[in-house]
Amino acid sequence: MREVAIVAAGMSRFGELWDLSLRDLFATAALEAMEKAGADHIDALYVGNMSAGKFVGQEHLGPLMAEAIGLSGVAAGRVESACASGGLALRAGFAEVASGMSDLVLAAGVEKMTDGADVTEVLATAADQELEAYHGVTFPGLYAMIARAHMQAFGTTEEDLAWVSVKNHRHGALNPKAQFRREIKVEDVLRSALVAEPLRLLHCSPVSDGAAAVLLCPLDQARKYTDRPVKLLASGVATSSMSLAGRADPAFLDAVQRSAERAYKMAGIGPGDVQVAEVHDCFAIAEICCLEALGLVERGKGNQAARSGMTALGGRIPVNTSGGLKSKGHPVGATGIAQAIEIFEQLRDEAGERQVQKARIGLAQNMGGSGASSVTHILGRV
Amino acid sequence: MAGIVGYGAYVPRNRIKTEEIARQWGKDPGTIRRGLLLEEKSVPGLDEDTITISVAAARDAIERAGIDPKKIGAVYIGSESHPYAVKPSGTVLIEALGIGPEVHVADFEFACKAGTEAMFVALGLVESGRVEYALGIGADTSQGAPNDALEFSASAGGAAYLFGTKDPLVEVLETFSYTSDTPDFWRREGEFYPRHGGRFTGEPAYFKHVLSATRGILGKSGLKPADFRFAVFHMPNGKFPLEAGRSLGFQKGQLETGWVVNTMGNTYSGSSPTGLAAILDVAEPGDKILLTSFGSGAGSDSFVLRATKLLVERRGRGRTVRSMLDGPRRYLTYGEYAKFREKIIVNE
Amino acid sequence: MPSPRYWREIPARFRLEACRCTSCGTTSFPPRLVCPSCRGRSLERTALSRTARVITSTVIHVGPAEFQMEAPYAMAVVETPEKARLMTQVVDCDPQSVLPGMEVSLEFRKIRREGKGGILCYGYKAVPRL
Repeated sequence: MREVAIVAAGMSRFGELWDLSLRDLFATAALEAMEKAGADHIDALYVGNMSAGKFVGQEHLGPLMAEAIGLSGVAAGRVESACASGGLALRAGFAEVASGMSDLVLAAGVEKMTDGADVTEVLATAADQELEAYHGVTFPGLYAMIARAHMQAFGTTEEDLAWVSVKNHRHGALNPKAQFRREIKVEDVLRSALVAEPLRLLHCSPVSDGAAAVLLCPLDQARKYTDRPVKLLASGVATSSMSLAGRADPAFLDAVQRSAERAYKMAGIGPGDVQVAEVHDCFAIAEICCLEALGLVERGKGNQAARSGMTALGGRIPVNTSGGLKSKGHPVGATGIAQAIEIFEQLRDEAGERQVQKARIGLAQNMGGSGASSVTHILGRV
Repeated sequence: MAGIVGYGAYVPRNRIKTEEIARQWGKDPGTIRRGLLLEEKSVPGLDEDTITISVAAARDAIERAGIDPKKIGAVYIGSESHPYAVKPSGTVLIEALGIGPEVHVADFEFACKAGTEAMFVALGLVESGRVEYALGIGADTSQGAPNDALEFSASAGGAAYLFGTKDPLVEVLETFSYTSDTPDFWRREGEFYPRHGGRFTGEPAYFKHVLSATRGILGKSGLKPADFRFAVFHMPNGKFPLEAGRSLGFQKGQLETGWVVNTMGNTYSGSSPTGLAAILDVAEPGDKILLTSFGSGAGSDSFVLRATKLLVERRGRGRTVRSMLDGPRRYLTYGEYAKFREKIIVNE
Repeated sequence: MPSPRYWREIPARFRLEACRCTSCGTTSFPPRLVCPSCRGRSLERTALSRTARVITSTVIHVGPAEFQMEAPYAMAVVETPEKARLMTQVVDCDPQSVLPGMEVSLEFRKIRREGKGGILCYGYKAVPRL
């Protein structure tokens, strides 16, 4: 396998982008990445997208997006793993370059969520249709049950959850592309409307439009495109039972753990080597559980990480300096790529006010459904 | 002799008080309560309907009979509120209870008499020897139009009766049906609420048929009111069945046990069948029971029944009507009631 | 919901039909071709008990459009005596009262309907045993 580098990134703003269609969003991100790399062609395109079919009635995104950036004819296809679609698209691009099949691959993610679809219903397709969605459970509902199981096992409180949102907003306020660029207080979170107990509106990531793209090439060709490539050290993917009822322990995200173990093994590192991380905080409880499953904190101690400042900028291991899904936004298919972009920028000292000093190894973890799939990537400064 | 080999009933847990409905429409609750002898009525949840009620009741009936559901050769559900206009309720029930596929299924309707109608046909089929066991069920989630008198009484619930020839818990000694074309209460296809003829629903409809059917069965069987321990009549409100009973010569003591309407309301096809279930929950071996239903349109089915020893042995296997009427329940506001009964206009 | 898809699930939805692995004894719901525990392929049909215990729960305030009239409603992962787990609504009680360890019965209820003219879909719901 060849060594692979990320050489450029592009990203639209995340938010309610009424003026931009699915195609426009993709083109915005893809063209920015290509312009920054000075690339006028690509060998292959992987588009991560959860549900353009249900959100805007459009499938077959490979050729559609290739055409949107004037590259009709190129090898292209859509990659899907619910909210981990972006991460899986990155993994597909990584494998395509590492294997020697292609020399320049665009791994992108895009989602258009605000064109009028019933978002709750569409997102529920990431859950088990026959066993969960049929009975009226929602996405927030599933994570709410995970939260309650965690609260029961480890004494996690609603306030512990609120601290995650507060931290991520503080970071997001420093991110020009974030959907919400304002700080919030713990009281704001605890007073916000109930969605599925104990989760309130401000414990939940928003509905967003957005796209993100990265260009990948073999490390030994990276200087053609940038003088500061970032190496993709590893990629780990894992799955778990689709339905929450099928998991041995509802409070533990075993797919996250497995995907991380596979990535750590491939990179030859351990959780202690990670200096900055983007972690899948679709709901505040998810960040807590992911930190535990990634081995970044001890099992049961995730609830203290945000509150204590450990995972804030300036803390021992800053998590979600981009603002996370909560503050940056969560255009579902784009998130996995956007997470990788944040780590990419951190490892190039391009994160501006969000910069983690001298970070050499970063981790991006993207999760699908209520934890049925997870993709972990490890990036390293070259 | 053919008889009831298993019985069961079901009443939903939600309730609304007569007072609450009266308050909604600016009526004096005391007058209504005294006039109709109704305190409260049952309200089905958004997830309950004639089918779910029938399943719950029939499950207890099969449990009390202690037979393999696959031996049930016919299933009849009588209701005025079948969930589909076209597609049977009975087929959903057989799948839920593991009955069939070798089974005859039909849905019945005849306003409030559809339950006893289903029971009559189930009994006849078993007596003919064509099937070994047959289920006759009466269940409803009837609607009362807002600000109409029927809104105080229209409620939800039902009872299921499994008929067979072996080991009856209750023997059927006699039947008598009295029917005529009397337009006292009706609902046209497509209409959401039924309509009625006001006071015309009394003497020419309810009383004429209930009294005639009962007198008919007493004559046919050579029995007198005093021969019965219990009597239950269709209960459109609290008053009518007591008046009917009294005119026929029954005493209050005979009517009390089956008179479940004052806290249950009128469960239409489930009305007298559920009253009967309440009686079977306490009847002693040898007790004779009279049941006369009434369905607008109009007709009455009368039955003379006799409890056996087996009734006392088996009835503990299912829920009693009183435990459901007096047990855990939740009182709704009129707004919640309107939501549950889908009386609030929403976009589909 | 399209009719064939609904109809196919009736044995599981209506009668709690499940399967038991003859190799490792694990009961899984709904029935499937491969044992999730030992990957065995020899599975026999069985049915779950109609009683269960709550493992974890929530109260849904913002539901899918067709369930919004029922909100707020409790949902829970419950476990039957056979150690099979399923996701279900918990009804006929104050949603706030649903707690881990609560004993429930699995009753037959109407789960959803496809708008004004579509089919009615039935299945199981948990009711607290009082």
